Amino acid sequence: MAYTPQKPPIAESSDALRERISGWGVDLDPKDRPSARRLVFQENTGAHWQFPERQPQKWPRERSIEHKFLTPVFGTACPPKGLSGTIRRLAYARYSEGQSAHWLLLVLADRVDAWEHHLTSFLTLRPDNPITETGVLSEFTRHGLSSRFGQHRADLKHQWLDPIVVAGPWLAAAWLVFSGARKLVRRAQS
Amino acid sequence: MRAMVYRGPYKIRVEEKDIPAIEHPNDAIVRVTLAAICGSDLHMYHGAMPDTRIGMTFGHEFIGVVEQVGSSVQNLQVGDRVMVPFNICCGSCWYCTRGLYSNCNNTNANHYAVGGIYGYSHTAGGYDGAQSEYVRVPFADVGPTLIPDWMSDEDAVLLTDAAPTGYFGAQLGDIVEGDVVIVFGAGPVGLLAARSAWLMGAGRVIVIDHLDYRLEKAREFAQAETFNFTEYRDIVLEMKKQTDFFGADVAIEAVGAEADGAFFQHVTASKLKLQGGGSPVALNWAIDSVRKGGTISVVGGFGPLFSNVKMGDLMNKGLTLHSNQTPVKRQWPRLFEHVRNGYLKPRELVTHRFPLEHITEGYHVFSSKLDGCIKPLVVPSAA
Ligand SMILES: NC(=O)c1ccc[n+]([C@@H]2O[C@H](COP(=O)([O-])OP(=O)(O)OC[C@H]3O[C@@H](n4cnc5c(N)ncnc54)[C@H](O)[C@@H]3O)[C@@H](O)[C@H]2O)c1
Ligand SMILES: [Zn+2]
Ligand SMILES: [Zn+2]
Repeated sequence: MAYTPQKPPIAESSDALRERISGWGVDLDPKDRPSARRLVFQENTGAHWQFPERQPQKWPRERSIEHKFLTPVFGTACPPKGLSGTIRRLAYARYSEGQSAHWLLLVLADRVDAWEHHLTSFLTLRPDNPITETGVLSEFTRHGLSSRFGQHRADLKHQWLDPIVVAGPWLAAAWLVFSGARKLVRRAQS
Repeated sequence: MRAMVYRGPYKIRVEEKDIPAIEHPNDAIVRVTLAAICGSDLHMYHGAMPDTRIGMTFGHEFIGVVEQVGSSVQNLQVGDRVMVPFNICCGSCWYCTRGLYSNCNNTNANHYAVGGIYGYSHTAGGYDGAQSEYVRVPFADVGPTLIPDWMSDEDAVLLTDAAPTGYFGAQLGDIVEGDVVIVFGAGPVGLLAARSAWLMGAGRVIVIDHLDYRLEKAREFAQAETFNFTEYRDIVLEMKKQTDFFGADVAIEAVGAEADGAFFQHVTASKLKLQGGGSPVALNWAIDSVRKGGTISVVGGFGPLFSNVKMGDLMNKGLTLHSNQTPVKRQWPRLFEHVRNGYLKPRELVTHRFPLEHITEGYHVFSSKLDGCIKPLVVPSAA
């Protein structure tokens, strides 16, 4: 009890636990665990350099302004392009990680990026397909209903929102295209 | 080569991409033989991780065969079977030389706050990941290690993230003999944290989730007591009752940004993205379930923006909070022993294997928690 000097006793003694659970207590000594001390000088990390050689830049690589300089090694996936790329470059060039504007711009760029790609995909032989790309058909082959119902799942309360969040923008876009086309047709007819 | 590619929130597909090239003298190119999908990938898949670009290939848990090495690589040879930590680390910066490989200062140009991670958005450096046939592995002399002969491929791939993270999560709890430990989240990370808590001498291990099939796994795999939080009006109060109104000594948060259980928090964070850091439901439960002076370990992943964390309770209760991305390399020697001795059996968590060509289905099943899914693996076509 916390109202007296003693902690509430636990049901099983250490000996009983050692008996019941294979490996109980093999890391008992708090000082003898791999990450017990946060900072431990490592004898051999495998590095044979004081500072790594620098990877060449293929484009002016965007970087956090909290870094003193471009890190010697960096990822080269998906260089910034288009409007989303402009927003991303601005987020990196102007705002440190401590500023919400940095992250809010990056989030905005993500949404712009998605729509840039959805729209241009319709000019290619492989347009985005929300059915195959969401894998939603596995609902039928992977027990969608029985996995969800009668299982005490907390997410049932808000799952009705998922189709709206995922399909909503697509339906809105489809409606815009449809009503735009209808206007054009009507104008052409009149 | 074939590679998984992100097409926007909840949308991915498999595309043809160029095989990655050596871009730095200490790079290697690894042909992936087995990869996995992690709970962290779901944060990107749901569009919750800033600067996740269309066209990005995800995947940071993988093993494979060295296909090509850069001119300065000394420790690896073409044909070596390797396991690769999810952290990209230089081995020479202030952090790496002190064992904080997950905080490497030389591998993430985009952000100072986190080290480089394979396939984990530009927030973690903009590296293409391993849910593909080939992957570029920077600092080949530092991260990868040869897969020991006795180790199964399933154990090896889980040892690149999920197992070290569970083990590390338990260590961050500073468990001492007889401690009562509550683990929030019965995903691969939480289950491994619960099992690891016993190795450190916990006196009682409790696992909380809302998925009955995962709680069943927690009882069997981690020999833990379990509670489905949807069966209690107030799970924090239930934890108080369970501990004679004392509270737990340690709570481990293995849920992260998309925690469920509070409609308002979940919807504002996960659906509307109004809490850019994510929903801290499980973290707040952790803060309120431990005793005064207790310890919270946070290994669940959160976004870089704000969340509604109960700082007042944390401060008034005098809690200690430890957290980090896992420095995987540092856990390995001891973890290899534990796996070899059978104290930890990460492979028992694998429930599904999806061919790379069917990874879209894999993401939907894992994300929606269908079909009893706990840990899904991805098998590339060329494997
Ligand atoms: N620190 C690291 O280095 C590191 C490494 C790997 C994963 N992670 C993070 O760990 C977390 C778990 O990863 P995983 O692969 O096990 O994912 P997962 O999605 O399989 O597991 C998360 C579990 O949490 C449960 N959950 C949801 N809301 C809850 C609540 N309020 N209380 C208790 N449980 C709740 C879910 O039902 C699910 O079972 C993720 O956030 C991931 O990003 C961190
Ligand atoms: Zn992971
Ligand atoms: Zn480093």
